[in-house]
Amino acid sequence: MAGWPILSLTTFLPLVGAASILVIRGDAATVARNAKNIALWTSLATFLLSVLLWVEFDPNVAGYQFEERADWIPAFNISYHMGIDGISLFFVLLSTFVTPLCILASWERVQHRVREFMIAFLVFETAMTGIFCALDFLLFYLFYEAVLLPMFIVIGVWGGPDRVPAALRFFLYTMAGSVFMLIALLVFYFNFGTTDIPTLIAQGPTLSRTTQIWLWLALAASFMIKVPMWPVHTWLPDAYTEAPGGAAALLAGVLLKVGGYIFLRFSIPMLPGGSDLLAPVVYALAVIALIYVSGVTVMITLAFGDLKKWVAYATLAHMGFGYIGMFTLTTQGLQGAVMVMLSYGLISVGMFCCVGMLEERANTRDIAKFSGVVETMPVFAFAMMVFMLASLGVPGTSGFVGEFLVLVGAYQASSWLALFAGTILVLGCIYFLWMYRLVVFEKAERADSSGLKDINLREFAIVVPLVLVILWMGIYPDSFIHETTASVANLINHYQTALADAGSMTVALH
Amino acid sequence: MAEFPSILPAAPEIFLACSALALLLLGVFRGDGATRLVSHLAAASLLVTAILVLGHSGARTYAFDGLFVVDGFGVFMKTLVLIGAAAVVMVGQGYAARQRMDHFELPVLIVLSTVGMMMMISASDLIALYMGLETQSLALYVLAAFRRDTQTSTEAGLKYFVLGALSSGLLLFGASLVYGFTGTTNFEKIAAVLTNAPRADIGIVIGMVFMAAGLAFKVAAVPFHMWAPDVYEGSPTPVTAFFAAAPKVAAVALLLRVLVDPFGGLTDQWRQIVTFMAVVSMILGAVGAIQQTNIKRLMAYGSIGHIGYILLGLAAGSELGVRGILVYLAIYLVMTVGTFAVILSMRHQGRPVESLAHFAGLSRTHPMMALVMALFMFSMAGVPPLAGFFGKLYVFLAAIQGHLYGLAVIGVLTSVVAAFYYLRIVKLMYFDEAPVEVIDRQDDGIVTIVLVGCGVFTALFFIFPVPILTGAATAAASLFAG
Repeated sequence: MAGWPILSLTTFLPLVGAASILVIRGDAATVARNAKNIALWTSLATFLLSVLLWVEFDPNVAGYQFEERADWIPAFNISYHMGIDGISLFFVLLSTFVTPLCILASWERVQHRVREFMIAFLVFETAMTGIFCALDFLLFYLFYEAVLLPMFIVIGVWGGPDRVPAALRFFLYTMAGSVFMLIALLVFYFNFGTTDIPTLIAQGPTLSRTTQIWLWLALAASFMIKVPMWPVHTWLPDAYTEAPGGAAALLAGVLLKVGGYIFLRFSIPMLPGGSDLLAPVVYALAVIALIYVSGVTVMITLAFGDLKKWVAYATLAHMGFGYIGMFTLTTQGLQGAVMVMLSYGLISVGMFCCVGMLEERANTRDIAKFSGVVETMPVFAFAMMVFMLASLGVPGTSGFVGEFLVLVGAYQASSWLALFAGTILVLGCIYFLWMYRLVVFEKAERADSSGLKDINLREFAIVVPLVLVILWMGIYPDSFIHETTASVANLINHYQTALADAGSMTVALH
Repeated sequence: MAEFPSILPAAPEIFLACSALALLLLGVFRGDGATRLVSHLAAASLLVTAILVLGHSGARTYAFDGLFVVDGFGVFMKTLVLIGAAAVVMVGQGYAARQRMDHFELPVLIVLSTVGMMMMISASDLIALYMGLETQSLALYVLAAFRRDTQTSTEAGLKYFVLGALSSGLLLFGASLVYGFTGTTNFEKIAAVLTNAPRADIGIVIGMVFMAAGLAFKVAAVPFHMWAPDVYEGSPTPVTAFFAAAPKVAAVALLLRVLVDPFGGLTDQWRQIVTFMAVVSMILGAVGAIQQTNIKRLMAYGSIGHIGYILLGLAAGSELGVRGILVYLAIYLVMTVGTFAVILSMRHQGRPVESLAHFAGLSRTHPMMALVMALFMFSMAGVPPLAGFFGKLYVFLAAIQGHLYGLAVIGVLTSVVAAFYYLRIVKLMYFDEAPVEVIDRQDDGIVTIVLVGCGVFTALFFIFPVPILTGAATAAASLFAG
């Protein structure tokens, strides 16, 4: 495998697809059909390439693999540097895995301007994969912001009735957060004369504690909006509700995880002092977010009944678990956070696709308009049940592994935290089961779902891979954990050494 | 004969001045029928001048007994100005012909004002500075009022003239104070006086403040910006495009030269002024544009905002800051020319339209035009990986290096506000339905070439930024070497 730049290929292959869609000629129907096919096959090829990454990946190496480096802006000592470790490997796989599924999910739904839609999707995939492969801060930032452009267009052009304010809000909120990250980037640059991530990880801990705290806050501003955390989450429900089915799934499944990835890649290793000090703030916000979001979700179930908004809030609640795990800063917690993010990535794609299928059939998202779906759509009901149970963390599904590890980590950090986190799991059960009962089982006078057809072959092809992987992660999680262990151990080790060094310096000063 | 070589460094200016006169004669003898020819020749002579300018080694050389200086900084800035002017002449020709304002004076005046700009950039003496500035401004006053049969254009010309004269007065008053307190008009000698004196004389400081105010007017920095929206809106669109491109670059170059060269010793004093102007320009540029419904007015506020970012780089007062400004200007020039090429193509049944509403649904009727316009708008908003982001990046880089954290935070926040109105245009083009008044087909070959060129530059700058970065680095270094 040595020699050819497999990471760059994986990242930029979708762009090649986008370029070839751009040059399709013919009448509207031909263009639409070909655009869809090219998009699907390109994303599948990208996925196969990324599987190759997994095959070739050496789990015993804690550092970066498949590294590529080229001069980019030599005057400023900024280079094109790509590489992945055990943590980013699965994020790359997640994004390449769900993109073809999301393209399939948008197959029938997108009827006008199909060519532009598919181009936007492929550009989005490139930017998303690039985020997880970049080992240069500036390169990372470029991909990170580039994600906004296609998504802005996708929400604004193909979204629901309130798409325009939702798209603007999505763009401006995210940009407002990320400009602070830009300032942090520049401060890093001036302290160390480079934006190379491994170098910054090695040297970042030597920054003074005050600088670390400021930088940490600047990164957190970006991360909190992206994730998003209470109280800056308000863009998310609108953006997700208005985004067309496949796009909402991508947003929730992958983009949401970037926030967590920033913490793992930047905040914790580069600014251990800041992370150490501010971890309790993250817990507090995470717990508030979880309780608040659970409350809202229950209310939506009862009162408003918009199924898509419901899923949007439910995914918000998921992420809270991820950051609790991360900031326990224990091996189990971190490992759990990675698993939680991956598993919720799959689950939210599944949930959004399910909602999209219901919406396509009934032309409504009102929970009250569905009843007894199980009788007309048994296969669908089964798939949705798997996603729901995985969200609840039932053993045997992917959700369980991550949640269990996070709880173990949380208990080590503080038993109160574990108590709160556990309570929230129970709250989750309430609204998930309630919604599922309302939509799938309850036969009510109020609505008639007898005319709905069960899922077709295309939709089958979306849910089956998701269900299989969710079960695989639940039943034999070691295939995943095995690859990440070395990197996570390395991260924790680095973090603790850095803290110990800082501690001994303080002692020496006294 | 021994004196002769001392004017050689000014050969490009002399060439351009001669061609302006030749073009004028051609126009006079052949009448308005030759406008097309004159335009093409004007663009060609601007480009030839650019080649002549680039032929210079970049080493610091003086001419006219120290009144005129050529250095790497001058070469970089003049190239930008000349390319911008040439592009505007070419893009504006079709518009002028359709609007029956294709008098041969239009390209000739543009060339003449460009000669003035080149003199400004190379000025090394207060007198030379004023000469260049006025040569440029006189031509611009006429250009703004070029459609003298319409009220808006006349008003724009008059407004620009009155306020421009006021600012020239401020500048002259400042220059006289500087001369009175230093006893010289030569930049190098002023710098020497300032370095040798233990404390800067208050008279020099006041003179410097007046000069900075006069120059701030020319770049339309807040609080001297009031003319910009009206003049941008009132002038015929090719002239507006020219205003936004070439004179802006030249005026920034002059501001840099004056503040860094003769007043380098007063950095602490002028930094306060520049910082203030940077902050208010960024804020006003961002907030003022939100309400606008006319695209040219919106571009005026946008350019005020851009000046704010440029001043942010200057406030750092370092070589890195100047380098950032030069990169910013190069990118700004391309985006502006491109955007105006789109605006010039916006017409409904042959009648030019300027309201934002006409952009609605553009992506359906003119997908390619909408795409490049969206690129320019995202780029102006500073969204990576487009070119505009790199301009902002290098300016912020300098600000952070100078520990101007507060300024940088204001800068990034206003850039988010500014993103809102740029996005609004994208929103109009992509999210809204096409209105009844559909824009005509764009059939001007030159405009298409310019659009594609600017679009490709904006989209792909990030792949190969090195040439412009090195050019800017050399230029900035040469400014500080003096």
